[in-house]
Amino acid sequence: MTNLTDLGIAAIRDGVVKGDFTAVEVAEGFNANVAAAQDALNAFIVTTPEAALDAAKATDARRAAGQPLGKMGGVPIGMKDLFATKGVQTTAASHILEGFKPEYESTVSQKLWDAGAGMLGKLNLDQFAMGSSNETSYFGNVISPWRRNDGGNAALAPGGSSGGSSSAVSARLCPAATGTDTGGSIRQPAAFTGISGIKPTYGRCSRWGIVAFASSLDQAGPMARDVRDCAIMLEAMAGFDPKDATSLDLPVPEWEAGLSGDLRGKKVGIPREYRVDGLDADVAASWDRGIEWLKDAGAEVVEVSLPHTKYALPCYYIIAPAEASSNLARYDGVRYGLRDLPDGAGLQDMYAATRAAGFGAEVKRRIMIGTYVLSAGFYDAYYTQAQKVRTLISHDFKNAFGQCDVILAPTAPTAAFGLGDMVSDPLAMYLNDVFAVPASLAGLPAMSVPAGLNRDGLPLGLQIVGKPFDEQGVLNAGLAIESRAGFSARPEKWW
Amino acid sequence: MSVDTATVAKIASLARIKVSEAELEAMVPELNGILAWVEQLGEVDVTGIEPMTAVIENELRLRADVIDADPLTGGGRRDAVLANAPAAEHGFFGVPKVIE
Repeated sequence: MTNLTDLGIAAIRDGVVKGDFTAVEVAEGFNANVAAAQDALNAFIVTTPEAALDAAKATDARRAAGQPLGKMGGVPIGMKDLFATKGVQTTAASHILEGFKPEYESTVSQKLWDAGAGMLGKLNLDQFAMGSSNETSYFGNVISPWRRNDGGNAALAPGGSSGGSSSAVSARLCPAATGTDTGGSIRQPAAFTGISGIKPTYGRCSRWGIVAFASSLDQAGPMARDVRDCAIMLEAMAGFDPKDATSLDLPVPEWEAGLSGDLRGKKVGIPREYRVDGLDADVAASWDRGIEWLKDAGAEVVEVSLPHTKYALPCYYIIAPAEASSNLARYDGVRYGLRDLPDGAGLQDMYAATRAAGFGAEVKRRIMIGTYVLSAGFYDAYYTQAQKVRTLISHDFKNAFGQCDVILAPTAPTAAFGLGDMVSDPLAMYLNDVFAVPASLAGLPAMSVPAGLNRDGLPLGLQIVGKPFDEQGVLNAGLAIESRAGFSARPEKWW
Repeated sequence: MSVDTATVAKIASLARIKVSEAELEAMVPELNGILAWVEQLGEVDVTGIEPMTAVIENELRLRADVIDADPLTGGGRRDAVLANAPAAEHGFFGVPKVIE
């Protein structure tokens, strides 16, 4: 019999419908993998095996009663611990929210449960989703299941901020997981761990009930093992929500049914500014292979220009911290979460002590930057200027999409780096998102698909960026790459 | 523009984050490094460019003027609102004394 934990969303959904196995068998298999890997990978902050089993029992009962099972029927998933889950601790990997049990369920997680999915647990992440290596979590680093092929056992970063999600999916602890992407937090971890992930157009997935980082950038999306699974799960997650002011009031397309790797008549843009000096040779080679694959799928390849690319990262590192400093003002030790009340302290002292104790170093750094760039006298020089540059970055994409349907680029400038390699230099860490951030600033759908292994035996990802609302075009180009890359590598089990 | 210790202390105070002298000293070069890097944005010609307000064109909606149209975000949920408060007393959030 097939090992059920080797199956992805589509295979589980179809197998449960056909009666090849039960949803309970699937949930038990993944629950066991989660428990066995927890000490080594630290991918989960809390595990919820009962929730996974309960959902599976409900799916099996619906099948017995002849009822429809839903898009995600019988599929247990990991939930990034940035989504509010009713009655289950939701921390954003922070000390300040340790013990917080929401009284409500986020829209996206509710939609997934309504579609028949079950929850294996809450996945670790960078604290408040601020990080690119999952080293800022209050609950410890997440370890990638991947190791270099040099025989050593150096612990590698699973990427961030959705590092628990990427680690868990690639280690077969769950067939899929939710992620959120503010400046690459779905795509970069997917690339680092040899899985697929898509950030849809800004507004496709409701932000209601997602712990806010930078609201004009935050978007949820699925992380899974292949493009089809991403399409299925995104259908279940997306949709209009009146509770989110920036939610798109559009019908959810049938992305799975629309999948086609035939790109005849499509144009693929290659942005010349992404071909930076000193680009890693393996990354450059995988990009070249990707270009050939898309040509083979029938696409015409054209060079395009995104002239403001080099300004995207500094622009992001003004806008995201500015929004974060505002969003995180809510953690005050009054309404929820941690309170640190020194003896004899007044209200202001309590705020300052609570926030000093409750936030990690990177979160404080970003709040400080954000507070500074929004402060009187500096607002125009920093924040307004950044928002104008953001307009120019968005125009760049608009112009490029006059000449092409999708854009192909590497997801990240390197493969996974070692834990600890970058923590002493925040700027070097920020630069790892250089290819991911522009699409975030422009609100565009973008996905990463595995493209092969580098010289160290580590996965590399290719990124496809699409026009607003054209997730289908992105998924289809992803499928064309996936079917030609033949990526079947998986981390050898050591945990 | 670079920041000095006094400026960083002022930012920390605005952000309501208590920082020790040692932390302040460590933050000054870190923040200056990041600020020096983001200042390259100043070289971009933005003449006639509007600052971004919405990344995807959308319109602000008004909800129907109906009380508790969505019970999740409506009223009458005092106990749920207070459930995670570090100190809740008599149906209110508890805070240290603010008026002497």
